[in-house]
Amino acid sequence: MAFMQLQPEEWQALTLTLKVAATALAVSLPLAVAVAYVLARFRFPGHGVVNAIIHMPLVLPPVVTGYLLLLAFGRAGPIGGFLSEVFGFTFAFNWTGAALAAAVMAFPLIVRPIRLGFEAVDPKLEEAASSLGARRVVVFLIVSLPLALPGILGGAILGFAKAMGEFGATITFVSNIPGETRTLSLALYTATQTPSGDLAAFRLTLISATVAFAALIASEIWARRLRQRIGEAHA
Amino acid sequence: MLEVDIAGRSGTFPVEAHFHAPEGVTSLFGQSGSGKSTITNMIAGLLRPDEGRISVDGEVLFDSRAGIDVPVRRRRIGHVFQDARLFPHLTVKSNLTFARWAGGRQDSRSLAEVVELLGIDHLLDRKPGTLSGGERQRVAIGRALLSAPRLLLMDEPLASLDQGRKSDILPYLDRLRSEAGIPIIYVSHSMEEVARLSQTLVIVSDGKTIAHGPVADILARVDLGRATGRHEASALLEGRISQVDRAWGLSTVDLGEGQTMQVPGLETATGEAIRLRIRARDVAIALDRPTGISIRNALAGTVKAITDEKGPYTEILCKVGHQNLRARLTRASAAELGLHPGKSVFLLIKSVAIDRRQSTPLPGAGSNEDAVSPQTLV
Repeated sequence: MAFMQLQPEEWQALTLTLKVAATALAVSLPLAVAVAYVLARFRFPGHGVVNAIIHMPLVLPPVVTGYLLLLAFGRAGPIGGFLSEVFGFTFAFNWTGAALAAAVMAFPLIVRPIRLGFEAVDPKLEEAASSLGARRVVVFLIVSLPLALPGILGGAILGFAKAMGEFGATITFVSNIPGETRTLSLALYTATQTPSGDLAAFRLTLISATVAFAALIASEIWARRLRQRIGEAHA
Repeated sequence: MLEVDIAGRSGTFPVEAHFHAPEGVTSLFGQSGSGKSTITNMIAGLLRPDEGRISVDGEVLFDSRAGIDVPVRRRRIGHVFQDARLFPHLTVKSNLTFARWAGGRQDSRSLAEVVELLGIDHLLDRKPGTLSGGERQRVAIGRALLSAPRLLLMDEPLASLDQGRKSDILPYLDRLRSEAGIPIIYVSHSMEEVARLSQTLVIVSDGKTIAHGPVADILARVDLGRATGRHEASALLEGRISQVDRAWGLSTVDLGEGQTMQVPGLETATGEAIRLRIRARDVAIALDRPTGISIRNALAGTVKAITDEKGPYTEILCKVGHQNLRARLTRASAAELGLHPGKSVFLLIKSVAIDRRQSTPLPGAGSNEDAVSPQTLV
């Protein structure tokens, strides 16, 4: 099975991908929870517009999203220029840029199940918590958030999977630099463009499938435990 | 003391409420959809009235003129919901103590005390999803009691339970009434519950409070006909158990002024105060004290009022001593007997018409003049 031995650069692609996806998720998940809660619980002018903006990356061609990111966060861009000047921090051609691209692309997929999760929480339970003296933020942390956990888990899994496999926006925004921005998908793409890259492509495919499968199984187990904790279903 | 004087709406349905609730249990009674829940939610702060004023013990919770609208979490009203609304992910114990650890409320009652009062000590480690409907309601009541409330608001707490479960939980409500030590607003469309539990009655009809006062006075009002429910129209008699006859399984109730009644049941002790709910349709009228008849109770009384109705029935309001009794007769009978206000009559009540469904003896004093909470036979 020597042909299954991962080459150093493939290991690198795997660890880089996990790092990028984990970072993307860590950054976007709290924001997604906040946005999902607001969308689920509040009606305000511009509700539909906010919702549409969040879902834009889902319907835009990924290359367009990548290009917009490049315009905004590139060194010459308004935000990228500012960050680079003030903090010396740069996204361009950097793994953090890959994480940003993955986070933006994954965001709508994370928000949606979480919003459904919050909508499934009976607002009457929140009223009951208020009547018992709990402040709004306490109600959120003790009642709404734990009860929406299955939805949050679903969003996290979807988002992580999307971040792992993100391609178009990443290659447009931060290019395909080995060891820096070459994630599994980009490495796989590179392998298919290389003569005699078939075996490498096969190995990378296998890794991707394994990681995805493991994530699905883990989430399934976690979801079951959560449902039990929430109280053996709402009998 | 709760004082309510508000007008508002739920959607397009207008409601108006004017009443005050002294110590003890005040029932908001009305048919389904009469606006009871809307009024309740306005008191709780979950709905905002358009105008008016709500105060508890002199502290203003809502005043449209002064621009006061105390948020729900600071009203300190123990709200017991019809659907219990326990937190499904928390244990019974965490639910009970929720106001303490999540709401920052410090109650003088101890957990052990409340758990004992409601008989839920064996449930503490369970999750709400595994409880029966009756158990869930008791936990919900305990949770509200432990939130240091100055008022307990119970919104149809028994409505979602079947008759058996209701009977299980009613004795706990009897105990609650005498031990809570705060005013209780009890919302219900069941005359049985209301007659049993309340001292004060507020009638809600078409979104408006149309009458309020001591429960016996309100039930004696024949003009409220439809709002109090024709079929269930009834009056309350209060008295004391003067004798318990074990051989025949009957208790004698002294109604005062030399009149007594016999009712089935021995669960009560001699000397105990008792409240009897007598349905108008279970009362017959005779001009002379009948003999050779199985009916055991013939109370002497005088006709006070006769309703003027079109249909086959009419209702006679009578005075028995200082208490009131209602009788529902056919219009034909009333005419043949020549009934008119002031006429002396005998009111006949079959002992078996008084259900034995009843409560455990009540400890302690209620807020009745008697200084002992009457127990109710319904």
